[in-house]
Amino acid sequence: MKKAINVSVNEVVHQSEVEPRLLLVHYLRDVLGLTGTHIGCETSICGACTVNLDGQAVKSCTVFAVQADGAKITTIEGLAVDGQLHEVQEGFWEQHGLQCGYCTPGMIMASAQILDRNPDPSRDEIRHGLEGNLCRCTGYQHIVEAVQYASRKMKSRSATGD
Amino acid sequence: MAKYVGQRVKRTEDPRLIQGLGHYVDDIKLPDTLHVAFLRSIHAHARITSIDTSEAAHAPGVVAVYTGKDVQKVGPVPCAAALPGLKVPDYRVLAGDHVVFVGQPIAAVVATDRYAARDAIDLIMVDYDELPAVIDVEAAAKGGPLVYEEYGDNIAYTLTAGEGDIDAGLASADRIVKQRLVHQRLAPIAMEGRGVLARYYPGEKELTIWSSTQIPHLLRTQLAIMLGMPENKLRVITPEVGGGFGSKLNVYAEEALLGWISMQLGKPVKWIEGRRENIQATIHGRGQVGYIEIGCKNDGTITGLRYNVFADMGAYHQLLTPAIPTLTGLMLSGCYKIPAIQMNVTACFTNKMATDAYRGAGRPEATHVIERALDLVADELKLDPVEVRRRNFPTPEEFPFKTATGLFYDSGNYQGALDRALEMADYASLRAEQRKARDQGRLIGIGVSTYVEICAIGPSQATPAGGWESATVRIEPTGMVTVLTGASPHGQGQETSFAQLAADELGVDMDHVTVIHGDTSIVQYGIGTFGSRATAVGGTAVFMAIAKLKEKAAKIAAHMLGVEESTVGFSEGQFAVQAAQAAAGGASSSAGSSGRSITIQEVALAAHLAKEIPPGSEPGLSATHFFEPTNFTFPFGTHIAVVEVDRETGEVKFLRYVGVDDCGKVLNPMLVDGQIHGGIVQALGQALYEELVYDEQGQLITGTLMDYAVPKAAFIPWMELDRTETPSPVNPLGVKGVGEAGTIGATPAIVNALVDALEPFGVRHLDMPVRPESLWRIINA
Repeated sequence: MKKAINVSVNEVVHQSEVEPRLLLVHYLRDVLGLTGTHIGCETSICGACTVNLDGQAVKSCTVFAVQADGAKITTIEGLAVDGQLHEVQEGFWEQHGLQCGYCTPGMIMASAQILDRNPDPSRDEIRHGLEGNLCRCTGYQHIVEAVQYASRKMKSRSATGD
Repeated sequence: MAKYVGQRVKRTEDPRLIQGLGHYVDDIKLPDTLHVAFLRSIHAHARITSIDTSEAAHAPGVVAVYTGKDVQKVGPVPCAAALPGLKVPDYRVLAGDHVVFVGQPIAAVVATDRYAARDAIDLIMVDYDELPAVIDVEAAAKGGPLVYEEYGDNIAYTLTAGEGDIDAGLASADRIVKQRLVHQRLAPIAMEGRGVLARYYPGEKELTIWSSTQIPHLLRTQLAIMLGMPENKLRVITPEVGGGFGSKLNVYAEEALLGWISMQLGKPVKWIEGRRENIQATIHGRGQVGYIEIGCKNDGTITGLRYNVFADMGAYHQLLTPAIPTLTGLMLSGCYKIPAIQMNVTACFTNKMATDAYRGAGRPEATHVIERALDLVADELKLDPVEVRRRNFPTPEEFPFKTATGLFYDSGNYQGALDRALEMADYASLRAEQRKARDQGRLIGIGVSTYVEICAIGPSQATPAGGWESATVRIEPTGMVTVLTGASPHGQGQETSFAQLAADELGVDMDHVTVIHGDTSIVQYGIGTFGSRATAVGGTAVFMAIAKLKEKAAKIAAHMLGVEESTVGFSEGQFAVQAAQAAAGGASSSAGSSGRSITIQEVALAAHLAKEIPPGSEPGLSATHFFEPTNFTFPFGTHIAVVEVDRETGEVKFLRYVGVDDCGKVLNPMLVDGQIHGGIVQALGQALYEELVYDEQGQLITGTLMDYAVPKAAFIPWMELDRTETPSPVNPLGVKGVGEAGTIGATPAIVNALVDALEPFGVRHLDMPVRPESLWRIINA
C-alpha cells in the first residue's frame, strides 16, 4: 500500500515509503523531523504550513506527500544560507513582524514568494499577497513593514553585488 | 542608567522563531509516543443511551479506548469564580449519559499514530436520544428547554452591582436614551490550537505535562487536584505557545485526560487540537445581550447608567466563565464621571461551548456599552461626540478617581490623549471633509472611542487565584544573569523586555541575561500571563528581586573592598567606594582609580566561592520576590476611525485609523506598538467580520476558518499610532499594561464610525459584526 517517493528538501534528497494519504506537512514534520512548518487549520486557509515546492509557495497541509515525489522543496529551515538569514527573515526580526511566531514560518515563505515575483511591491500589493496567511497577533502592519524592509535590503544587496 | 529600557530593542525570541527552530508542543517528539483523538458530541443536547467501542478498540494501531465510565475518578473541570448563588454543573472530562453542547468530548481513542486514532473515532457507535436545545441567551433566561433539569431553570446566577442612587440619577436626567446591544460570541483563534503531551514515569511516580497554556503553575495545581496526585510530582512545561488571547488561561478536560491516559499506559501520549475542535471546544469570548439606559442633562452631563445584561455562559463553566460579566460591571463608568451606575446580570446556561476570558474579557463589552452610549447621547442632544466626552471626563487632578463601580482609577489624563488623537487626525478638517463628502452623496463616518481599561490583574483580594507575580534573579558564578519569571509570555516578548530591565538594573550586557519561564520544576510558583499583567506585575517582581539581589551584593562588595557598606555605591555594573565618603573616611584613593571598585560579576563569583563573604552571611547570589500590587492599573487612550461605506455594495473602507494610547511607562516601544496593532485588528474582527453562529438545533455553523472570518492582511487600515505617558503610581516601574488595550479601545471607534456614516439614513445603532449586507440593506431600503 505504501508508495516510494523521492523528495529533495532543503537540498537534501530523501527516499521514503509513505502511505498515499500522508499529508506533505506531516511528512515534513513527523517523518523528516522538520518541525518549523506549522499546522494551523488543515484546510488551506491559514497558511501556517506554507512551503516552497518547485518554486511555488504551497500550503503543505493540502498536498499529499506522494504528490511531492520528484519535487524540490524549501522549508523555513532551508531559507537561511550558510548561516546568513534570508532578507525576509531579517525583515521580520528588524520590524517586529512576529509575536507568538506560530504563523511566522508560513508568513516568511509566502513573503519570499511575493518578492520573487515582484521585488518592489507596494503596501497594498504586500497585503493582497499575504491574504492566504493568517496572523492573530501582529495586526499585519509590522509584517508589511518587514516585507518592505526585505525588499529594500535585496535591492541594496544586488546593487552592491553583496 | 537606561541603556535598554525605553528602546526599540529587537527581540531575543526571534532568531529561533524566524528559522523554524522554536518548539511548540507538537514539535516535541518523544520515543513511543501514542496519539489521542476525541469523539465529540454531534448534538447540542442529548441523552446517550449506549456507546459501543468494540470495533474501534480492535482497529489497526489502536491501543485503548476510554469513555466517561472509565474516568470517573478524574475530578471535574474546575471553575475558580466564586459568586453568591452560583450554580456550578459537575462537568466531567468525558461525558456520562448527558451531552450539553456540540463538541463535548465523549470518548478518547489512543493509537500508535494520529491517523489511526482519527480513523478509529469513526468506528465508535453512539446512540443518542436528542433533547430540545436552548441556544438564545434571552430565551434561556425566560425558561425554554432546560440545559440541566435539576436546576429548574437556566439561570447560572444573577447579580446586581454598582453604586450611587440609580433611580435618582435617571430621574434627574433631562433625557434618557435606551438601546439594546449585542456582543456576539467570538472564537479566540490562537494560530496554534491547544496541544498536550503527557509522560508518566512509573518508577518516580512523576507526571510531566507539556501544554500550550498561559498558566503553567495554576494548571499544575488544578491538574493535581483533578488527578488526585501530589502537586510536587506533577510538572507542567509550557514550551513555545502559539498565541493564547485568554483561550489558554484555562484548565481543560483534555489536559487532565492526557495525564490520566499516560498514567494508565505508562507511555507518552499526545493530543494536538484540530482547528474544527478548536472552534467547537476551546472557550469562546463575549456573548452578552444588554440593554442600556443612560440619563443625561441637556448639556451632555451624564446622570446615571443602567445596564441590564443577559450573559451567555454556555453549557458549563470553564475556569473563569461566570466572572467575565463582573469585569464588564467594573468598567461601565468608562472615562467618565457618572454618579450612579447599576448593572443587573442574568447569567444563563445555553447548549453551547462555555464562554470565558477572550482578550479584554468583559471589558471590551463595557467599553462598547459606554462608548456607544456616549454617541447615543451626542446624537440625542445634537452635540459633537467629542464634546460630550470632554464634558464628562475627570481632570488629571481628580486621580485617584473613584467610580460608581467601586474602583479607584490610578492615574489618567484623558484630555491629553484625546487632544493628541484629534490633532493627529485633524478632527476639525475631517468633519469639514465629511460634510463636503455627504453633499456629494458619499457615506463617510468618523468614530471616536475614549477608553479606559482595567489591567495588571491584580490585587489578590480582587482575583480568584492570587493577583501577585513572582521573580527570581540570580547571577551565576560566570557572571551570567538568569531571570526566572512566574509570568508565562506567549508572544508578548518578555524574554526581551525583562532582559532589558535586568540588564539596565544590573549594569550588564543584555546578551548576558536569559529569561526563563513556563516550567514549574524550574521556576518558582507564579500566576501567569493574562489581563495585561505580565509587565506591570511580573516585571515589577523582577525589578524588586533585583533590588534585593543588589542589597545582598552590596554587602559582599563592601566586605571585599574592606569598607563600610554605606560607603559603597552601585552604578553601571560596578560597586565602588564613593569618592566623597571615601575622602571623609580618610581614604586617599577615589573610586576606581586604584582597585577601589569591583564588578557585580566579581561579587557573584565571590558569593559562590564563599571565601570572601561577610562572616555569617548566605553564600550564592540570588533573590526572589513575590510582588503584590496595591491596585489594578488603568491604561487609557483615544482611538479614531474614519470609514467610507460603498453605497453600491455596503463594503467598508478605512480612510484613516488613529490610536493614541497611554500605558504608562514603556519598556520597549516596538513591542507596545505590536500589542496595539494586534489588539486593534482583533477589535476590527469583532466590529466587522467575526461571529460564532449556532443554528436553532445548536449546530455550530461557523466551525472552520472558511466560515469564521478572521481578519486578513488586506482588510486592515494603516494604523497611525502615538502615545501619551502617564505613569502608574501602583508599581515602581510606572507601567500599566498594554496587551488588551487595542481590543478594548478600537471596537467602538469602528462601530461609531459606521453609525456616523449611515447617519443620513437615520441610523443610531448597528449591531456587530456590521457586515456589508446589513449596511447595504439600510442604504437600499
